[in-house]
Amino acid sequence: MNEHRRPRIFLVDDHAMFRAGVRAELGDAVEVIGEADEADAAVELITERLPDVVLLDVHLPGGGGQAVLAGVTPHHPGVRFLALSVSDAPEDVIAVIRAGARGYVTKTISGEELLQAVHRVRAGDAVFSPRLAGFVLDAFAGVAGADTLAAGLDPELDQLSPRERQVLRLIARGYTYKEVARDLTISTKTVESHVSSVLRKLQLSTRHELTKWAADRRLV
Amino acid sequence: MRIAFALMALASGVGILIYALAWLVLPLQGEDTSILSRALADRRGIRVVIAIVPVFVMVELVAGTLRMGFVASFSWPVFLAAGAAVLIRRNASEDEKVWINGELMPMLHTGAERHPGWKLVGRVAAGLVIGIGGLSVLVAGHGGDGALRSVGGALLVIAAVVVIFGPWWLSLARDLLSERQARALAEERAQMAAHVHDSVLQTLALIQRSATDPRQVVRLARAQERELRSWLFEGRSPGTIGDDAATVAEGIDVIQRQVEGDHGIAVQVVVVGDCPLTDGLRALLDASREATVNAAKWSGATQVSVYAEIEPDVVTIFVRDRGRGFEPRDVPGDRQGITHSIRGRVARCGGSAAIRSAPGAGTEVELSMPRRDRTA
Repeated sequence: MNEHRRPRIFLVDDHAMFRAGVRAELGDAVEVIGEADEADAAVELITERLPDVVLLDVHLPGGGGQAVLAGVTPHHPGVRFLALSVSDAPEDVIAVIRAGARGYVTKTISGEELLQAVHRVRAGDAVFSPRLAGFVLDAFAGVAGADTLAAGLDPELDQLSPRERQVLRLIARGYTYKEVARDLTISTKTVESHVSSVLRKLQLSTRHELTKWAADRRLV
Repeated sequence: MRIAFALMALASGVGILIYALAWLVLPLQGEDTSILSRALADRRGIRVVIAIVPVFVMVELVAGTLRMGFVASFSWPVFLAAGAAVLIRRNASEDEKVWINGELMPMLHTGAERHPGWKLVGRVAAGLVIGIGGLSVLVAGHGGDGALRSVGGALLVIAAVVVIFGPWWLSLARDLLSERQARALAEERAQMAAHVHDSVLQTLALIQRSATDPRQVVRLARAQERELRSWLFEGRSPGTIGDDAATVAEGIDVIQRQVEGDHGIAVQVVVVGDCPLTDGLRALLDASREATVNAAKWSGATQVSVYAEIEPDVVTIFVRDRGRGFEPRDVPGDRQGITHSIRGRVARCGGSAAIRSAPGAGTEVELSMPRRDRTA
């Protein structure tokens, strides 16, 4: 993939106002190759046009953002999704991430930050907004160390490493990846790999606490 | 005039009677018909009254069989009064209705007969057969072997009345129920409309008027967004979070609302975990509010991040901005804000505060407070 080409993005949101707003904010920095306002049409058009990044509204008529992910990701893993939402409800956000989205940002994000997030997702990295980092810390809180083995959990998948926890805390505090890297004296690339690893755990873990946490918030 | 009659009523009981008669027969001021004339023209109301008749007959019969004369003697006036009350309530003027509704339980006031002919005939026939059977048992029972037969006869008569009139009563009750549901629905809709008007429409109007002031528009939109969200997703009424925050997360919510409202700056909040407030944690929140307000006032940034993490034995709050920052050593020692409002406040309760800042690099205030309630 030519990283210098403008990212081809696709907008999925049921509010025309919001789609127009995103187009205006991102301007010439991206190429918007299509829009859809409901899940079925979105799956069809995305499959046909294969954008680099899909900006996906979590709350969508016809099954929500999850339905679009379920329709596209198994056939076209190269199409990457960035979830957008006005809802701060953790259950919705975690559901879309577990369905395969590479990150989550709130709709109040600035145009510049959104563009950065698009580039990051396109490059295959994860995008953790402070809020998502908070959700993950919350979800993975609790059982630690020895208890994990006793509970028959896979520490590779079901637990955050101390370093990952540090990284997430800093992101939750509002640090950019670059600032996290400087604070922990590691490279930005290392921060990105920690975040991607957290995303993988979030998507694959069957950890009891994660399901319980989600169920407490009406997910699953 | 009513007052005069009320006074007369005090003097003698006759006044009450005259007053009641006058109320029934005389038209109210501004109306051209009296309650009595309206009641006589009210077919549906009369139908409801007729529905009461079989109940009355049934009670009389049963009471007579069981030789309880006293029941019969007071059931006459009770049923007459019930019938009259229904007609009066239905035909009273609006004001009087409100009064009557307050004083009396709402009575049945709708009725409808929609029976397909054959079913009706069959039911009445069955009812008559059972009723005649019951009556003959009753009549025979008077001469013979006593209470057991009378009770059996009475039960048969009751069954007959229920078979004949039951569906009718049921439809009356159903009408009443559906009317009540419709009213509840209308009330709910009105409440929703009132809420949307008070919050969303008012805010939209304010935004239109301050279209030339982007900061004000952002502030209004943020405040409205948060209020709507807490209403829709968390079921909280707007304005009830207030100062009575009971947990750390609610307290942070309050800080966010106040600072965004007062200073027109976006406050981004992330909270991990939650716990009830203690004195120490209240001090921690007060200090956090001070730090957030400082950031809003002095940093020049458009956004402040507040991150709170509640762990089993400590609560830590970070307040961070990407504003102009300052050189901590250059701040004179007599400056109240940092010394008293932030450091002093948390130190008095056993907590600690650290401030990191540099010119051009923004500011971060780190506050922490041990959870004594857990260790003690």
